[in-house]
Amino acid sequence: MAPPDTRVRDRSRASTEGPQGNGPTSGERPGAGRRVGDSGRVSRLHRWDAKWSPYAFIAPFFLFFAVFGLFPLLYTGWASLHSVSLHHPTQMEWTGWHNYSRLLEDEFFWNALRNTFTIGVLSTVPQLLMALGLAHLLNYRLRGSTFFRVAMLTPYATSVAAATLVFAMLFGRDYGMINWVLELVGIDHVDWENGTWTSQIAVSSIVIWRWTGYNTLIYLAAMQAIPGDLYESAALDGASRWQQFRHVTIPALKPTILFTIIVSTIGATQLFGEPLLFGGSQTGGGSHQFQTLGLYLYEQGWFNFHLGRASAIAWAMFLILILIGLINWLIGRRLQKSH
Amino acid sequence: MRTDRTTTPARRLGTRVRTTRLAAAGLAAVLGSGLLGACADDGSSDSASSKDSSGGRKTTVSVGVFGVFGYKQAGLYDEYEKLNPGISIKENSTERSEDYYPALLNHLTAGSGLSDIQAIEVDNVNELATEQADRFADLGRANGVSEDDFLKWKWDQAKTEDGKVIGLGTDIGPMGVCYRKDLFGKAGLPTERDEVGKLWAGDWDKYLDAGEKFTSKAPKGTHFMDSAAGLYNGAVSGYPLKNYSRSGELVYKKSPAVRESWDLAMRAIDGKMTGKLKQFDTAWDQAYANGTFASVICPPWMLGYIKEKSGSRGADKWDVAPAPKPANWGGSFLGVPEQAKNKDEAVKLAAWLTAPEQQAKLFKKQASFPSSAKALDMPEVKNAKHEYFDNAPIGEIFAKAAKDIPTTVLGPKDAVVKQNMSDVGILQVEQQEKTPEQGWSAATKKIDDAVED
Repeated sequence: MAPPDTRVRDRSRASTEGPQGNGPTSGERPGAGRRVGDSGRVSRLHRWDAKWSPYAFIAPFFLFFAVFGLFPLLYTGWASLHSVSLHHPTQMEWTGWHNYSRLLEDEFFWNALRNTFTIGVLSTVPQLLMALGLAHLLNYRLRGSTFFRVAMLTPYATSVAAATLVFAMLFGRDYGMINWVLELVGIDHVDWENGTWTSQIAVSSIVIWRWTGYNTLIYLAAMQAIPGDLYESAALDGASRWQQFRHVTIPALKPTILFTIIVSTIGATQLFGEPLLFGGSQTGGGSHQFQTLGLYLYEQGWFNFHLGRASAIAWAMFLILILIGLINWLIGRRLQKSH
Repeated sequence: MRTDRTTTPARRLGTRVRTTRLAAAGLAAVLGSGLLGACADDGSSDSASSKDSSGGRKTTVSVGVFGVFGYKQAGLYDEYEKLNPGISIKENSTERSEDYYPALLNHLTAGSGLSDIQAIEVDNVNELATEQADRFADLGRANGVSEDDFLKWKWDQAKTEDGKVIGLGTDIGPMGVCYRKDLFGKAGLPTERDEVGKLWAGDWDKYLDAGEKFTSKAPKGTHFMDSAAGLYNGAVSGYPLKNYSRSGELVYKKSPAVRESWDLAMRAIDGKMTGKLKQFDTAWDQAYANGTFASVICPPWMLGYIKEKSGSRGADKWDVAPAPKPANWGGSFLGVPEQAKNKDEAVKLAAWLTAPEQQAKLFKKQASFPSSAKALDMPEVKNAKHEYFDNAPIGEIFAKAAKDIPTTVLGPKDAVVKQNMSDVGILQVEQQEKTPEQGWSAATKKIDDAVED
């Protein structure tokens, strides 16, 4: 605080001195009181400015967030305590916790939760492991490294709809390319969409394909921030490449890995477009074998018109995410302590 | 590909009847974050008056449709504007019916964002007539509308309990059976359309008898029909009473129509007569291209779809025969919301667009099958033939079916019942090796959950 204050005071003195021009001693005393008050006001203004203008600058985001994020979130919570039909969205009938207690006994909800979890694991774990490995490879001096890095990001830039339609064709039962290859090597063709595991693997593969490159680049950026002398000294100590990766790279990447886990988990919990377009319907397969929470929400709200129930599912998803976030935070804290 | 189903009326209905094909990624983002109330207003309500080039005031009537209704393409808007110099017409089109309908409900509730005319799908018309009748103008007694012009069963679909008509019929979907002559011939079945029609006239079970015959001699890699759900839909739609009783109660579990149609589907699956396909799925399209099923139950709007998917390889192979029993699949209405900005002009336009002459024109240019009984007797409809289907007299075949279709008692949850019967119940038995009992209980459980308050 001190330096700007003095500067302001100096400047105010300079400006008041100019017109007065009575010499240093005579003019200073009478004007002193006023000048101090003046500079005080200016400095207060300044302090106020320094303190609050950052808030003004970030306000637009929070305003939009309030309108398009917070309000809908709260309103959804309010709606989840009511019975609301898409026919009459404004006629809400208070039902208390009914929509939530209903969920607890709703086998379709638990099925969707289970599917979301298994698809989440099936897609997130291989995705992050592959990303880590790929980032490690890309971190070496390579010819055309920019090309590879851009190539990594292209799946991420592809729309969900386009990617999923292509994958649905690849995984087709009668004319899919994957079954064609399987038959070439003598394996019976697989009805991907109709099996529980096969359909979940197929859906996961779309997620893996789309997001591996993105995570690779995040890891790569973090890897490049690791100081080279760590590797150098490790190498001097006789550490192999693998040992360097395990004992230098991985520990240094811990915060980044935690970040990607959180982001991927959020993405996995909200998984929607891939299963919807893969099966072509909100049922998520004949036995709902790949209906995720997002799809179930969509089905209840937009096909069965039960907006109250859909809101309860949305809030359940939100709470699950908070829970996962908490667990992540606790793990992260323990990791840091043990460090 | 599923992505390009936008042009023909067939595809329009395809997207409507089968539920979700192309869900927008944007929707995914919105829903994924669990936000409700994200009902976009497409700003389609600007039906304000504007000045035309000659300086006179013009009234702009807006028409809200889903998919391609073909009015613009058939030049009907231009014609109307010429006939009525003070009017200009603006069409607001939403591609998918699944997006269109929730938005329409929202706009009706909010009383804004509505077009002066709103198209209504047959799957939704009863729901609107039951729940939102007071938000629609009564078109039954409007000037220029004559009840006798329309097929009675179509007229009745948009009628509320107290006799108000919330929508005027546009197109309909009387069903026939499209079949491949080459495959029928190879399997020892007749190939000539009159004989084929006689094979199963009056009884769906006879259709399956033919299926059994076909299956015993089927060319390698082919099946008698595409999917059991298609058969269920064809059969159940022919009953005057299906999911609801006359008093409006949901009684699908005990309904003979549902039970008998379900049993037909089960018989077809059990006899391995189906190609285990899901209609409007990519694999279904591919099966058309590869000619792996010999018949499909088809309304007129599907003919263009079949032609496109079967392509030149299927040319001269397809034909159309009458279905065992007359039944309807698909079709729409034009309604005028009470809060329409130009209600009077909108009523006039809706009446004009659905009048017999215009319906006949629309059929000729866009292949939308008329719901107007009068239009069915006009030469351009009556004498229509379809080249791709070996010049089958489609006007005659489908018009005959259209006139024989019974007035069906509809209910607000018909679409939910049908969808879960097809996509859960029948699909589980057909594709996931569940028993018919398992499939039935899975479907009914889902339906009960959906209709419960």
